[in-house]
Amino acid sequence: MSTVTVPVKTEPGHAPATKAGSLSTFLSTYVFSKDHKVIGLQFLFSTLLWFLVGGLLALAVRWQVAWPWSDVPVVGKLFAQEGGQMAPEFYTMLFTMHATVMIFLVIIPILAGAFGNFLIPLMIGADDMAFPTLNMLSYWFMWPAFIAFGASFFVEGGAASSGWTSYPPLSTNVASSPGSGWGQTLWLIGLTFVGVSSMLGSVNYMTTIILMRAPGMTMFRLPMTIWAMFITAVLQAFALPVLTAAGFMQLADRMFATGFFSPEGNIVNNSVAGPGGGQPLLWQHLFWFYSHPAVYIMILPAMGMVSDILTCFARKPLFGYRPMVYSIAGIAGLGFIVWGHHMFMSGMNPALGITFMVSTMMIALPSAVKTFNWLGTVWGGKIQFTTAMLFALSFVSMFIIGGLSGIFMAATPVDIFIHDTYFIVAHFHYVLFAGTAMGVWAAIYFWYPKMFGRTMNEFWGKVHFFLTFLFLNGTFFTMHILGAVGFPRRLADAYHYETFHHLQPLNAFMTYCAMGMVATQIIFAINFFWSMFFGPVADRNPWNANGLEWTAPSPPGHGNFDYQPVVYRGPYEYSVPGADKDHLMQTDPPNAAAAAAAASH
Amino acid sequence: MKRLSGMFWALLFLAVPVLGVATFAVAPSINVWLPKDVSAHGHEIDSLFYFILALTGVVFVATEVALFWFMWKYDAAARQGEKATYIHGSHTLEVVWTIIPAATLLFLAIYQMNAWANVKMRRPDMPPTVEVVGRQFEWRLRYPGGDGLLGTPDDLHLVNDLHLPVDEQVLVQLKSMDVLHSFFLPNLRIKQDAVPGMKIPVWFQGTETGSWDIVCAELCGWGHYKMKGRITFVTRPEFDAWLKRKTAEQNATQPVAEASAEIVAN
Repeated sequence: MSTVTVPVKTEPGHAPATKAGSLSTFLSTYVFSKDHKVIGLQFLFSTLLWFLVGGLLALAVRWQVAWPWSDVPVVGKLFAQEGGQMAPEFYTMLFTMHATVMIFLVIIPILAGAFGNFLIPLMIGADDMAFPTLNMLSYWFMWPAFIAFGASFFVEGGAASSGWTSYPPLSTNVASSPGSGWGQTLWLIGLTFVGVSSMLGSVNYMTTIILMRAPGMTMFRLPMTIWAMFITAVLQAFALPVLTAAGFMQLADRMFATGFFSPEGNIVNNSVAGPGGGQPLLWQHLFWFYSHPAVYIMILPAMGMVSDILTCFARKPLFGYRPMVYSIAGIAGLGFIVWGHHMFMSGMNPALGITFMVSTMMIALPSAVKTFNWLGTVWGGKIQFTTAMLFALSFVSMFIIGGLSGIFMAATPVDIFIHDTYFIVAHFHYVLFAGTAMGVWAAIYFWYPKMFGRTMNEFWGKVHFFLTFLFLNGTFFTMHILGAVGFPRRLADAYHYETFHHLQPLNAFMTYCAMGMVATQIIFAINFFWSMFFGPVADRNPWNANGLEWTAPSPPGHGNFDYQPVVYRGPYEYSVPGADKDHLMQTDPPNAAAAAAAASH
Repeated sequence: MKRLSGMFWALLFLAVPVLGVATFAVAPSINVWLPKDVSAHGHEIDSLFYFILALTGVVFVATEVALFWFMWKYDAAARQGEKATYIHGSHTLEVVWTIIPAATLLFLAIYQMNAWANVKMRRPDMPPTVEVVGRQFEWRLRYPGGDGLLGTPDDLHLVNDLHLPVDEQVLVQLKSMDVLHSFFLPNLRIKQDAVPGMKIPVWFQGTETGSWDIVCAELCGWGHYKMKGRITFVTRPEFDAWLKRKTAEQNATQPVAEASAEIVAN
């Protein structure tokens, strides 16, 4: 029903015709490229670089939490006013920018930008995206954001420091915080550009997936990665306009004193602030209307990629393909009506809170269904413990923790106690770091041969996995019990409270683990770059996987496939009884499969 | 060798539920656990916490152990010559593992509503005992004077030092002067954001005399960490005497009419 034949271009119009070494050729091939693979890699390199920045910011945060007001080693002199100590306003800036960088410059662009770009055309059998120029722009619109966020560290007052949620009036009132000056304005500008970039990407992904699938590639033969990318793109397209509008309103509040979010008679720092007539809660509603769906934007693609990797290394079909698709769609649909669970304590009508509580409880259901199906996929398999598989398995293991801890805060009475404590910090780090980041590593190890034509070192990959797995649990699992004490987030120093004064040793332990976790990434970085030049050369299908991307050369040239792939079956035909090999690729002609099926029945 | 490495990875994943449960088991004995509850409603919240902990704990252990067992048993190195099971799913299983969690979650949703309503929706019909106003970076307190009304010249103004009578329902009127704050009383299982432009009622009942922390739980600027107050529960006679003494102190330092605005803390 939905097979669309795309004319095979012999000479793609947007390709450099020759490999002449002129500057313009270099620029159009590697810099302003319209090739989805180059754009994907540009996203990958940029986001990995920001991943490093975000990780170092996290270390600085952890330093202050473990040893408040002590001299910061090595880099202390660079930013500290008094000796090597950290100022409290510097600390608020650190956690604000850690979250901002990780969410807007790492997780969202690495999933949709890097892997979405690289994988979508390859996995659906297209020669490129539907709109290559738009695709190029989606990357280059990240640069104003990179510059705005990066430059904000160096303006007077420092970068934004009102949390990644940027709640007004703290964020709109310049007098309320040192970081509420230029830093906050640049933050809003950066956010807008990230939004524009995501929007350009999502339009492109939707169009490409709907219109450019190879012959035979019906919607229900799509790999889970593509389903996840597709639904993520839909989420972005519908949720982002709200955030962009809200961002402009906040910008107007700051620059033109419009007062959308400031109430009458607000007095900040002993002076009357703003014209009034607005409501701080309005921002929270608009912000979370985007940012809750964004939570799923930050995990669904990883779920999709992990599903593909699990099946490949369990050598087994995906358990419950359709339920998996429906549960992603269910998460996306419900994702739009649960935003209020971030606002149970906000002063929002508590009766409305009950409505959001019920919808939030229900959104746990599709996640549970996905988890059971992943377990079903591994059950009865023939598991190959590659690095990619270990990361994918750990995604499942860690996502269980992150999913279950969410039930605590969905329960509104319990949320009264744990809201804004480290229990929440534990929860979203289990979903976003132990979940998404581990999924991203799985994807990097898995698709690396396709990206660079060489395989990463397996031994050092496993060392990287083992240490990351240990240290991440050391850092984040302990946060649960810290949250059970009520230990609040975002405090530069909580030990002067009687309730929390005894928690410093535990925090020191977590900081040591965090240091180990960051240091472990050196192994990954060396492996990543070393393998690019010296790793073992990979053939087209090093893992014996089924997807269309594995029929293309490694790395694929411009236009991807050397012939038009035609799809005969779903992506998970592993260990088909009677077949002469243990996997049937999506392009393997049906006579082999029919013979196999006849033999087995 | 390959089999050994498969066993190693499976055991690593088994460590997740083992150490996870151990962490929660040890936490109370090292005093990294729910702080002492001194409120009349707190046990409802705590027992719900324990209920969810038990429920999620069972699911956590069951799924993690299943994952370990599958990794252990279905290691390719242990299945030489065999093929993986060729199965695309099971309709029965899908129905079972959809309906059971759905029913559990729905039960949980309905079960907790009463506790939420008690803390946040069933406002007692009484005038505010005290007004708490968040301000960067302190808690400003205002007690009604002899007339029992807030906003009159005989109000008593204090900072950070909240006294309340024990074993009595109290109603706090929560406001903010500048930015968002959150009025967090860990030992009373109370948390409520203070929002500029809103008057939010907060009610609770202390069950034990003594003094506990007031924490700001919503980022309010560079000094967020030091926005500390103390809540002290005393008996009713002691409370009345304390009010009288503080009012006398206030009248001695400032004429009544001017007392409404400037109180310099500490």
